[in-house]
Amino acid sequence: MGLLYGLIAVGLALIFGLMDVVNFAHGEFLMIAMYATFFLFAFFAIDPLLSAPLVAAALFIFGAVVYLLIVRFAMRAKANAGMVQIFSTFGLAIVMRGLAQFFFTPDYRSIPQSWLGGKTVSIAGIFLPEPQLIGALVSIAAFAGLYFFINRTDFGRALEATREDPGAVALVGIDKNRVFALGWGLGAALVGLAGAIMAVFFYIYPDVGASFALIAYVTVALGGFGSVFGAFAGGILVGLVEAVTALVLPPSLKSVGIYAVYLLVVFIRPRGLFGSM
Amino acid sequence: MDKNFAARRRRDLLIAAVLAVLAALAPLFVKDVYVQNILILTLMYAALSQSWNILSGYCGQISLGHALYFGIGAYATELLFTKFGVLPWFGMLSGGVIAAVIAMALGYPFFRLRGHYFVIATIVIAEIGLLLFQNWDWAGAALGITIPVRSDSWLKFQFMRSKLPYFYFALALCCLAWFVTWWLEDSKWGFWWRAVKDNPDAAESLGVVVFNSKMGAAAVSAFLVAVGGGFYAQYLAYIDPESVMGFQFSLLMALPAVLGGIGTLWGPVLGAAILIPMTELTRSYIGGSGRGVDLIVYGTLIVLISLALPQGLVSLFSRAKARNQVKGAT
Repeated sequence: MGLLYGLIAVGLALIFGLMDVVNFAHGEFLMIAMYATFFLFAFFAIDPLLSAPLVAAALFIFGAVVYLLIVRFAMRAKANAGMVQIFSTFGLAIVMRGLAQFFFTPDYRSIPQSWLGGKTVSIAGIFLPEPQLIGALVSIAAFAGLYFFINRTDFGRALEATREDPGAVALVGIDKNRVFALGWGLGAALVGLAGAIMAVFFYIYPDVGASFALIAYVTVALGGFGSVFGAFAGGILVGLVEAVTALVLPPSLKSVGIYAVYLLVVFIRPRGLFGSM
Repeated sequence: MDKNFAARRRRDLLIAAVLAVLAALAPLFVKDVYVQNILILTLMYAALSQSWNILSGYCGQISLGHALYFGIGAYATELLFTKFGVLPWFGMLSGGVIAAVIAMALGYPFFRLRGHYFVIATIVIAEIGLLLFQNWDWAGAALGITIPVRSDSWLKFQFMRSKLPYFYFALALCCLAWFVTWWLEDSKWGFWWRAVKDNPDAAESLGVVVFNSKMGAAAVSAFLVAVGGGFYAQYLAYIDPESVMGFQFSLLMALPAVLGGIGTLWGPVLGAAILIPMTELTRSYIGGSGRGVDLIVYGTLIVLISLALPQGLVSLFSRAKARNQVKGAT
C-alpha cells in the first residue's frame, strides 16, 4: 500500500519539482484512471494488468493536454501566481468530478457501494490472489524506470535543465512548453499506472480521488517537494504509519496517524525529509 | 499620494455605509423566502471570505483549512447551548475566542512553514479536526447535533417565523468583518502584513515582527470565521462534522476573495455577491438532475476566472480607472 501511495505521489512530485506547480486535480487524475481501467475491463474484458500501460498512455496525453490548455496560462500569471495555480487546478478538479458524475453515475448519493463495488472484487478474483503484491512490484519497477529516465536519457536531462533555468534552455533550442507538457504527461502517466492497479481493490466513484489526493500531497511534502526519491520514501513511510495507526486507533481514525506524522516531520524539518531548496 | 489614500479610505467607508443601508432595506422588497435565504448566505460568505482574506490575502499565508475555525465556532456554540444551556450569543463569542486561541497555538509551529508546506498543513489540520469530531461521541460523533427550536427569541437567537433576524445578523457580521478589514488596512498591522506577504525576509530585516503580525492576522481571522460558524449552526438548527467542518467550507471561504480580488478591501464582497447567488442558482436549476452539471459549470468558471483575472474582478475597476487617468493626463 505504501508503495502505491508513493506511486501516486511521485507523479505529483515530478510535476512540482519540474515547475513549482502543485496539481490540485491530482486525485481526479487518479479517479479517471480508475474509471478507464474499469471500463476497459467491463467492455473489452481487458485485465487491469494488461490495461495499465494503455491507461498510462491515455493519461500521458491527458496530462500534456491539461498543461497546454490550463497550466501553461496559469504559470504566466504575474500577480498572485500561487493562488492562480491552486484555483485553476482546483477548478479543473471540480469539473472532472462533475463530468464523472454526469457520465458514470447519475445519482450522486448512491456511489460508494454501488454496482461498481461488486465488480471490483470479481476482477480481483480473476486477477490475482495478491493484487497488492503485484501493485508493489509495478510501483518499484515504475520508480526504477523513472529514475533511469530522468538520469540517463536526453529527455530526462532536458527536464532537469529546464527546471534549473527555463531561460537558458531556450538559448540551446529546447522548447520549454514542450518539455513541460511532456513532464506533465509523464506525471499523469504515473498516476494512471497507479489508478489502473488500484482499480482492482478499491471502489470507484467520482469522489474517489479526493480521499487519496490529500494523502498524496502529504506523501510528497513528507518526502520533500521536488524529490522523486523523497516521494518514494514518503510513500513507504505513509503506508507503514497507516498500518500501525490501524492497529492502535479505530479504522475511522487511521488517516489521523498519517497527518500527525506529516505535521511532526515538517515541524522538525520544514522542507520535508529529502527536500532540498 | 497620502492625501489620495486618505480620500480613498473615506470614500470606501461612505460606499460601505450606503451599501449597508441599501442592504438593510432589501427585505422590504424581497419577501420570497428562497431569495432571502440566498441573501443571507451571500452576506455570510462575504463575511467569512473577508475574514479569510485578512490572513490569506493581506498577510499572504494561504490557508485552506479555515473550515476548522468555522466548525469550532459552530460546535462551541451548540455544545454550550445544548449541554449547558449557555445562550448562543455567548457561545458565538466563546467559539470565536477558542478559535483565535487555537489559531495562535497552531500558528506557533505553522508559521515556520512556507508556501505549499503551509497550505498542506492547514488542509491536514482541518482534516484532523473533522475526523476527531466524527469520532467524538459526546459531541454527537458523525450524527451531529440537532438544536432544539422552541420559540422565536432574540435571547436564544432562534427564529422560526421569519428569516429576517438572521438576515440582519448576517448583515451586521458582514459589516463588522468589512470594517475590521478597513480599519486594519491602514494600521501598523496592515502595513506589516503587506510587507510580510511581499517579502518576508526583507520585512524581517527592516524590523517588522513577522511572526507576531502573522499571529495577529491568524487570531482576528479565526475569531470572525468562528462567529460565522456559530451563526450558521443557529441558522440551520442542525450540525454535523461534515456539514460545518468539511473541506468545501475552506474553499467556499476562499473563492469569493479569489474571484473578487485577494488582499483587497472590496474583493470578498464583490466575489461573494456574484459567486454565492450563482452557486445557489446553478445548484437549484441545473443541479437538480443530480448529475453534476452544476459542478461542471461552476468549476469551468473558476478555471476561466482565475486564469483570465489573476488579480480578481476588482482589478477591472482599477484598470478602468488607470485608463481614465491616463486619458485625463494627456
